[in-house]
Amino acid sequence: MVASAIFLTDLKVIISRNYRGDIPPSSCLSTFSKYIAETDDLTRLPIFTDDGYTYAYIKYNNLYLLGVTKRNSNVSLLTIYLYRLVGVFRDYFGELEDESIRDNFVIIYELLDETMDHGYPQALDSKILREYITQEGNRMEVVAKPPVALTNAVSWRSEGIKHKKNEIFLDVVEKLNLLVGANGTVLSSEIIGAVKMKSFLSGMPELKLGLNDKLMFEATGRTQQAKGKAVELEDIKFHQCVRLARFENDRTISFIPPDGEFDLMTYRLNTHVKPLIWVEAVVEPHKGSRIEYMIKTKSQFKSRSIANNVEIIIPVPTDVDSPSFKSSVGTVTYLPDRDAICWSIKQFHGSREYLMRAHFGLPSIGADEIREGAWKKPISVNFEIPYFTVSGIQVRYLKIIEKSGYQALPWVRYITQGGNYSLRMA
Amino acid sequence: MPSKSKGSAGGSDSRFFTTQKKGEMHELRQELHSSDRSVKVDAVKKVIANMTVGKDVSMLFTDVLNCIQTDNIELKKLVYLYLINYAKSQPEKTLLAVNTFVKDANDPNPLIRALAVRTMGCIRVERITEYLCEPLSRSLRDEDPYVRKTAAVCVAKLYDIAPELVEDRGFLEILHDLISDANPSVVANGVAALSEIAETSGKDVMKISTSVLQKLLAALNECTEWGQVFILDSLSKYTPADAKEAEGIIERVTPRLQHANSAVVMSAVKVVLNYMNMITAEDTIRTLTRKLAPPLVTLLNSEPETQYVALRNINLIVQKRPAILENEIKVFFAKYNDPIYVKMEKLEIIIKLVSERNVEQVLLELKEYATEVDVDFVRKSVSAIGRCAIKLERAAERCISVLLELIQSKVNYVVQEAVVVIKDIFRRYPNKYESVIATLCENLETLDEPEAKASMIWIIGEYAERIDNADELLDSFLESFEEEDPSVQLSLLTATVKCFLKAPEQTQEMVQRVLDMATEESDNPDLRDRGFVYWRLLSTDPEAAKAVVLSERPVIEDDTSKLEPELLDTLIRQIATLSSIYHKPPELFVTRANIRASADTDEDEYAYEDENDVGAEGGGGGGGPVDLLDMGGVDLNGGSNGVANGGGAGGDLFGLGGGEGGGGGASVQKVQVCDGSSSGGVVVSVGFACTNNSPSMEMDFVNNSASPIASLAVQFNKNAFSLSPANQAINFATPIMPGSTGSFSLGLTINPAMAAPVQPGVPAPATVQVAIKRLDNGSVFYFASNFELECIFTQSGALERSAFIATWKAIPDTNELYSTVQLSGSNIDTAIQKLASKNVFFIARRPVPNAPDQEVVYVSCAGSNGTSFLAELTFKAGVNACKLCVKSENTSYSGLAKDAIERCLK
Repeated sequence: MVASAIFLTDLKVIISRNYRGDIPPSSCLSTFSKYIAETDDLTRLPIFTDDGYTYAYIKYNNLYLLGVTKRNSNVSLLTIYLYRLVGVFRDYFGELEDESIRDNFVIIYELLDETMDHGYPQALDSKILREYITQEGNRMEVVAKPPVALTNAVSWRSEGIKHKKNEIFLDVVEKLNLLVGANGTVLSSEIIGAVKMKSFLSGMPELKLGLNDKLMFEATGRTQQAKGKAVELEDIKFHQCVRLARFENDRTISFIPPDGEFDLMTYRLNTHVKPLIWVEAVVEPHKGSRIEYMIKTKSQFKSRSIANNVEIIIPVPTDVDSPSFKSSVGTVTYLPDRDAICWSIKQFHGSREYLMRAHFGLPSIGADEIREGAWKKPISVNFEIPYFTVSGIQVRYLKIIEKSGYQALPWVRYITQGGNYSLRMA
Repeated sequence: MPSKSKGSAGGSDSRFFTTQKKGEMHELRQELHSSDRSVKVDAVKKVIANMTVGKDVSMLFTDVLNCIQTDNIELKKLVYLYLINYAKSQPEKTLLAVNTFVKDANDPNPLIRALAVRTMGCIRVERITEYLCEPLSRSLRDEDPYVRKTAAVCVAKLYDIAPELVEDRGFLEILHDLISDANPSVVANGVAALSEIAETSGKDVMKISTSVLQKLLAALNECTEWGQVFILDSLSKYTPADAKEAEGIIERVTPRLQHANSAVVMSAVKVVLNYMNMITAEDTIRTLTRKLAPPLVTLLNSEPETQYVALRNINLIVQKRPAILENEIKVFFAKYNDPIYVKMEKLEIIIKLVSERNVEQVLLELKEYATEVDVDFVRKSVSAIGRCAIKLERAAERCISVLLELIQSKVNYVVQEAVVVIKDIFRRYPNKYESVIATLCENLETLDEPEAKASMIWIIGEYAERIDNADELLDSFLESFEEEDPSVQLSLLTATVKCFLKAPEQTQEMVQRVLDMATEESDNPDLRDRGFVYWRLLSTDPEAAKAVVLSERPVIEDDTSKLEPELLDTLIRQIATLSSIYHKPPELFVTRANIRASADTDEDEYAYEDENDVGAEGGGGGGGPVDLLDMGGVDLNGGSNGVANGGGAGGDLFGLGGGEGGGGGASVQKVQVCDGSSSGGVVVSVGFACTNNSPSMEMDFVNNSASPIASLAVQFNKNAFSLSPANQAINFATPIMPGSTGSFSLGLTINPAMAAPVQPGVPAPATVQVAIKRLDNGSVFYFASNFELECIFTQSGALERSAFIATWKAIPDTNELYSTVQLSGSNIDTAIQKLASKNVFFIARRPVPNAPDQEVVYVSCAGSNGTSFLAELTFKAGVNACKLCVKSENTSYSGLAKDAIERCLK
């Protein structure tokens, strides 16, 4: 059992579905609103219990999606359900906010009814749902059958899909999570990779993806290749379409893809990575008058690669005024709402080094303790480096077999991005 | 392909939310009866919009119901939705809709058939249920899997309203057959429904046989991600026949660890961890341990709420199997932008994983956290540094130097938190790190929180001889004695007395002042009592005072948030559920599952549970405050696992079981120890008896649960009396049917392995903690009962007269405990007989010199662990009472012996 009832609320207007009729919706909602009103970020928990009812919720835009139960429910399932529900609503309405709820309340009721039954999640694949739940109520009469995919083993793809041009796009996106200590040593670094697909293939295609996966080479006895440019992927997670038992057996990635966009797999690598973009900050506070920053950044990748849209976010105290900047490249802006300055560099070639100086006034009296904390916040960096993966992962092949025998074109791209990339200030 | 609505599109539904105007209901009613279909549809939408914003539109029931006969599926869905909402308030009229349901359940379109069955199940009106059976039983055999899977869930819905009906009509059997259905989604929903019924009813309706098991494992590969969770959750409740079967299932389950859906991963982890208990082959364990780490780590890259769930579970997993994540401590380092609740949970796990190998790195990290801005997080980080020191002896010095560095920061709350943990470090490693006291003393002014102050004062008192100006420091605190928090006052009182005992000359005046303030000016009974105790000790026997106040204290251990092994196993079985979030067994918070319980008793039980929870959090620490005056035997607070239930504390202590005949003609007084709120409705009252020199626990059961109780398993926690059940099985000759009662006499034996060590001088807790497992549904509940020492008084308790006198003299007077016992009569012989029947033996009797109307009686007895207790009873002619004085070499048990003799006299 997962939930007795699901609420969509901005704490005032609300749509709810009381699946089991065993909770009092209005008093539960007021308990919840009270909890949100009376707790702050420091004490608020995503799951809490009150008077024998447990509340688990997520926040999206200005909305809360809330599940209430009075049993020992599988809360992991409940949380995922709420996130997926957001996904379904966004897919249907473009965006999920109080306005789109009012505009579509009839269909929201229908979706709540179809995605969960008696507190058990059922179908949350918006592509399939769209086949029989649509905005145009009158079209419904045409549908005489539930989509086969609803109960099929292949629950993510309908039969009879046709595309004029059979193509599939494959993006290998790696996010670099990195934490550098105040003394300049890399405290932790990991690569979170994803293979994202956009599939426009007709029929029921069978796909097989080959990567330079070290364990696969070893499993199939190709030790020579395993020693070469192979990558050891630590933890791989697959989209539900991938046959997990098969992968467990011989590490073959085989699947029938859903139509359109999806994340085929994600992986994680816990390796020591040199910071691709290095940032050093020298801060000189002059209590009561001004504060000065000297920021040095260095790109530590091959000179023929280029990092695009580099943003270096440097936190500053809350009460600074009259900013002035000087930089050898890019533009610098003060972001008062984030208490930070942002140095953006459109194109940052490899093996380069740049300098930036920032100068702020400080009020003559200020809260010292807060200021101390404020510039303890780490510097964060966003960037994108195309045609490059940190891990060295490569797509060796993508085989596409469909019984009609068409030829399909796979397109592969690689990109590396800054993820949770931060450097602590000294 | 349907087009995406951008909200502003022509047909936006928001127009239905227009504000109320007069006569709208009337207008709506007319529109509902309109012959124009679009007008009708719009009218129903307006009704639903009103319902959505919480307006009562139940008066339109008949009118809306009127629209149910339609082939417009959108309209039908809206009417159904309306019905679900208002059926309960209009049960009579709802019956009018039954025909449509039955008709729709036969519709050629499977979507309509499923919709009808699904909706009917949601209409929780008992009278409609009998009409539901026919269509439901047809739908369970429908040719379309979509209808079958909907019908499977509907059985669970029906069971919620009318369980007997479901059983009578054989729906459970049909449901069980669905596990063999060809369609994986049907299997999954069937499993979900059966598991739920099994949970509510306590009956094993799920019955996983070998063939069922194979079906489940096959469906696991084919069904939706949600269905996989249902199946994995039901597998986790199954107990494999042997290690081989366990391994076989694990092999089929481990591929799920690679699923992108974290709920699937969590449930798979649950299955693997639980089955691992059965596996002994070390190789297999090692392989599995390696396999479990990466998926757990990856959960930390998900949304914060999912991370929180994962972290609470990982907290359990690292306690159960530390090896899994021993090398992964870095991934638990807090990210700056993690929500605070994630950071806090990460800290807990860091402390659990810290080892001598990684402590350097951890300390650097914790030091970094201590400079962040969230005060609570900073405090917890500082405290974590101390916990590292307590956990790792070799790193203690390093930890202390980090704490000292932090103290230099002079940030108020950092200093205070550091002082508190340094006190704990001193308690862990006495006389080792006092060199830091000087630094601490420099920061006395910073301390303004009671806990920090009390800690500092404790340190000063404890190390008074090493601090030159200890008396001055204490004196500075004494100035504000009256305004201080009680904890600070208590701490000051003790510290001053310690200081006095160590250096009487300088502090004579000070100790007098503090004793005056504690005993005369304070209205806090704890403080007064402690003051009087010290006063009396100091005035009668300073040496004894030294022995008591300056006695060596047991070193503490880092057991913060460590769970009892049994509770931990229970919680591991509950991975991914709320139970794993709260770290409590489900019966402690699922207080509303029993629908039949009336609302107000529900409230009471819940409130009571809350109090217990507080105990659970703090339990296991120092054993609670020591009640020096031993104010009686009804103290149930000693529970270290916190699940002890105080039962009907207060008024009806002895109200139950009073008339029951116990062994040897003596009636056994039973106390309700378990009120059913946390035991699935089983109310338990227990008392202790001794028949033919063998102790027993007399138990009365009231079965308020839904199923009969035929047999139970019972287990004791380690206790101060080394008691353990002679036989762990309780089998009732006739099962206790729901609503009826039963009794059982559980023989007890003394088992040295069950001894919970009692510190010399500390009163032994009277409580015996008991766990009972229901063998029919596997639920476990706990209670604690106060044991009565007289039940283990041995026959060999009689002493020779001379031996008695010698022993009496040898025991210092400070070991004496006094009380006055009310008796039913003043006959001394009756009293002696009463005592003898309980193995309290008569030694001598003599008149009191100079008091002709008084007589003293000397008796002795011995516990089964050999401890002798000597007692002196003073009787006064014509007074229905006697004065009792008990002494024993082992002061830990004398309080209990005194209580026991009091009871024997009654």
